[in-house]
Amino acid sequence: MTETTETRTADPVATVSSTLLEARDLHVEFTSRGRRARAVDGVNLSLGAGEIVALVGESGCGKTTLARTLLGLERPTSGEVRYGGQPLKYGSKALKAYRRQVQLVLQDPTGSLNPRQTVYEAVAEGPRIHRMPDEAEVVNSALARAGLRPPERFLLRYPHELSGGQRQRVVIAGALALNPKVLVADEPVASLDASVRGEILALMLKLRDDLGLSALVVTHDLGLAWNIADRVAVMYLGRIVESGPVEQVLTAPRHPYTQALLSVLPESPERVVLTGEPPDPTRIPGGCRFHARCQILASGKAAEAGVDARCRGELLDILPASALSQAACHYADATG
Amino acid sequence: MTLLELDDVSVTYRIAAGEVPAVRGVSLSLDSGAALGVAGESGSGKSTLAMALLRLLPRDARVGGRILLDGEDVLTMKWGRLRAVRWAEASIVFQGAQHGLNAVRRIGDQIAEPILVHGLAKPDEAAKRVAELLEQVGLPAWRARSYPHELSGGQRQRVMIAMALACSPKLIIADEPTTALDVMVQAQVLTLIKDLVAEHGISLIMISHDLSVLADVCDRLAVMYAGRLVEHGPSLEVFHDARHPYSKALAAAFPTVGDPVSRLAPKGLGGDPPDPMHLPAGCPFHPRCPVALEECSTLDVELWPAGDRRAAACVHVRSKEEAS
Amino acid sequence: MSVTWTRRRMAFGRFWDTFRGQRPGVIGLAILVVAVAAALAAPLFIDESVTGVVRGTGPKMAPPSWDYPFGTDESGRSILLMVWWGSRTSLLIGFLAALVSMLIGTVLGIAAGHFRGWIGAVILRVTDWFLVLPSLITALVLAAILGGSTYTIIMAIGITTWPTTARLIRAQTLAVEARPYIERSKALGAGHWHVTTRHVLPNVAPLLLASTTLEVASAMVTESTLAFLGVSANKTSWGTMLRGSYDWGAANNGAWWYILIPGLCIVAVVMAFTLFGRALEAVLNPRLRKAGA
Repeated sequence: MTETTETRTADPVATVSSTLLEARDLHVEFTSRGRRARAVDGVNLSLGAGEIVALVGESGCGKTTLARTLLGLERPTSGEVRYGGQPLKYGSKALKAYRRQVQLVLQDPTGSLNPRQTVYEAVAEGPRIHRMPDEAEVVNSALARAGLRPPERFLLRYPHELSGGQRQRVVIAGALALNPKVLVADEPVASLDASVRGEILALMLKLRDDLGLSALVVTHDLGLAWNIADRVAVMYLGRIVESGPVEQVLTAPRHPYTQALLSVLPESPERVVLTGEPPDPTRIPGGCRFHARCQILASGKAAEAGVDARCRGELLDILPASALSQAACHYADATG
Repeated sequence: MTLLELDDVSVTYRIAAGEVPAVRGVSLSLDSGAALGVAGESGSGKSTLAMALLRLLPRDARVGGRILLDGEDVLTMKWGRLRAVRWAEASIVFQGAQHGLNAVRRIGDQIAEPILVHGLAKPDEAAKRVAELLEQVGLPAWRARSYPHELSGGQRQRVMIAMALACSPKLIIADEPTTALDVMVQAQVLTLIKDLVAEHGISLIMISHDLSVLADVCDRLAVMYAGRLVEHGPSLEVFHDARHPYSKALAAAFPTVGDPVSRLAPKGLGGDPPDPMHLPAGCPFHPRCPVALEECSTLDVELWPAGDRRAAACVHVRSKEEAS
Repeated sequence: MSVTWTRRRMAFGRFWDTFRGQRPGVIGLAILVVAVAAALAAPLFIDESVTGVVRGTGPKMAPPSWDYPFGTDESGRSILLMVWWGSRTSLLIGFLAALVSMLIGTVLGIAAGHFRGWIGAVILRVTDWFLVLPSLITALVLAAILGGSTYTIIMAIGITTWPTTARLIRAQTLAVEARPYIERSKALGAGHWHVTTRHVLPNVAPLLLASTTLEVASAMVTESTLAFLGVSANKTSWGTMLRGSYDWGAANNGAWWYILIPGLCIVAVVMAFTLFGRALEAVLNPRLRKAGA
């Protein structure tokens, strides 16, 4: 009902140097109980070589679906995932080859490991699937790179004998064993203890420095983005509403949603606690998709700037995959 | 006035392999209307301590010391009195609001249950009270007729808080009340908890591994490591200027956005929490401690005064105090 | 790797320690060991001729005595020796039928759980259809059509009892497939074969073992029932002995030993399997032993 008015979609061709992984005008839809849910509703996003990008948003905003689609675990309804300049193909051979390039780290390290497999078996799973030579050597070096030293001490342990942080390191080692170029990490530290959190994040930074590994980190935690990411993309109801370098977006946010997210962090001076219904991808409002909860619109500031009618009625363009700071907001556009 | 006083409380689990000391001699006190945050990582004994306060521990746990709630020792209470104390004097909000509610009963009935069980009101009055409680936690009264699955995660956590408030307790114990909630919802729930403490004079014990959240809600913080208190004091002081290296590490784990020191420099703590059955000698933290001295592996640490209403169990604190 | 073996031995040691706590299970296991050992060792002492009608040497329908501790049947054969020899057929049918049922049930159960969409739906419908078929009558008809050999009886029992196993395995498969390590495995590049054989199968195996043990018991009962109803391979089994006792009016003649001995054998072995299977289930099924860990 609403897409027809979407015009002027800026050229999504990346301005990021040496783009490795890219989403172009990506849409992913599901049907749940007869209703169409637009989980990802037009996303351009690029990840450069050696870059760490944080994808931030609340649950239900489509960030996990976007990550799964980038991994090829979900197929887009329209648009495409590109890797190394080539569109991703979904044949089983092509996907299998793609898996050696782009790897996954999940939130819950306890659930990510088969309780019946030893550390060795868990890390060797990828190399076995891909029939890589020198399996033992690959496993040992992957464990060492993931910070489990000396590897021999861990090989024959079972997941329940490890701490949470060690388990997540095993999961990361399992991904590293395939020598990927990109890690997609879905809330990699959300279920870990505070003290371990920093260790795992430091490991991701170190992997970037040592191996040039790129990472897309999906999270609801802005502090995490501040800790490790170069760029951040804020997602709301299936779209990226603001993106840019971390310093700019997190210290001078332009989109009211980003402002609200930052304001509820402990220690921030003034809180903007959003009310209203939690976002529901089966009912995306017309106009700006955030307008129903927007504090700028509610406070009358948007009316002052003369954009309130556009907020309610005019769709925003899909943001291009740019490395520069940008926000999809009528008010931000009008006030500069 | 002191509402709750813990005196040398210890909890030991007896398992097949031997005895596991989960809490080892914790002394604390909480004034009425005050909010205390208990921080620590998993295995530090913080949740065990919370459960011990209302004797909610499994049978294989042995609790020692004294837990005085309003002057009465919870540990020696008769069963009937204990039941009256639970809910009516102190109630607990668990983490994971999803599993705390009965999926096949309307939430209004679930909130009313403790009121009716304790005979505090007749059914029609109870219904009125339920509406009042829902209002208090920011839900419309008609939600009483909903089932848990019709609510979002944040709304369910609100219902859990309403249940805890049902019998107007003097103390609420909240065990990780916001883990697994989104930032925005977490902010809503925290604001709600803060308002309840401020407006109704309810005392709060909140348990979390996130020091920044605790510092935000509570007046005082207590940090636990390996079953012991390692530091306590006014929350902002502990958060910004921790004296114990472990509290420092916890405080640094969640960075302040905008703080250049933490930019591209996540801080963590190496090593793993100690196995409670094989605690290291001396200060239990010394194997992970970035500033450990040689004597730390042998010296018995205790809580030494570290300034006004503050204490920390670190040898660096003691030497500083002795010097001054 | 020898360390792997050490670990496996330790794992088995832990299993055995827990299992030993299940007293009924230990008793069941003891009975089974005796029964199976006796059946395996039978050819060392006797041969098939003890069941031959012409070789009946004793008095007919004689009560228990020193020479014939369990009495004799209508042809003067020793009930003791027949029960001994017959245990081979009964146990063979029980084990193999359970194996057939387990194989079909596992393959279809895992397939139904693993392949969502129409493949899973079709398998599930077929399973349900077999589940509501009156299995005893189906087995009777099948055995009648296929002709009476030991192996057709095994097939008839196996084919009619797999749906319960399939249902159980499908449920367990669904539970395993919901775990994040399956997602991780797929992201590592695993195909259907890898996921089902490396992750699903090892996780359903313990449950499968327990369920198969119980299945052996039920297969033995079915075999006896079929034999009693007149469908059997022309070999002595505990079921055919019961049938014989009925045919020769043992009850009317007061030849209680002829009915009681094979009947007790069936009860004892079936009960042993059930006790052992239940104990296995209690030890191996993670949902039944939540404590510890």
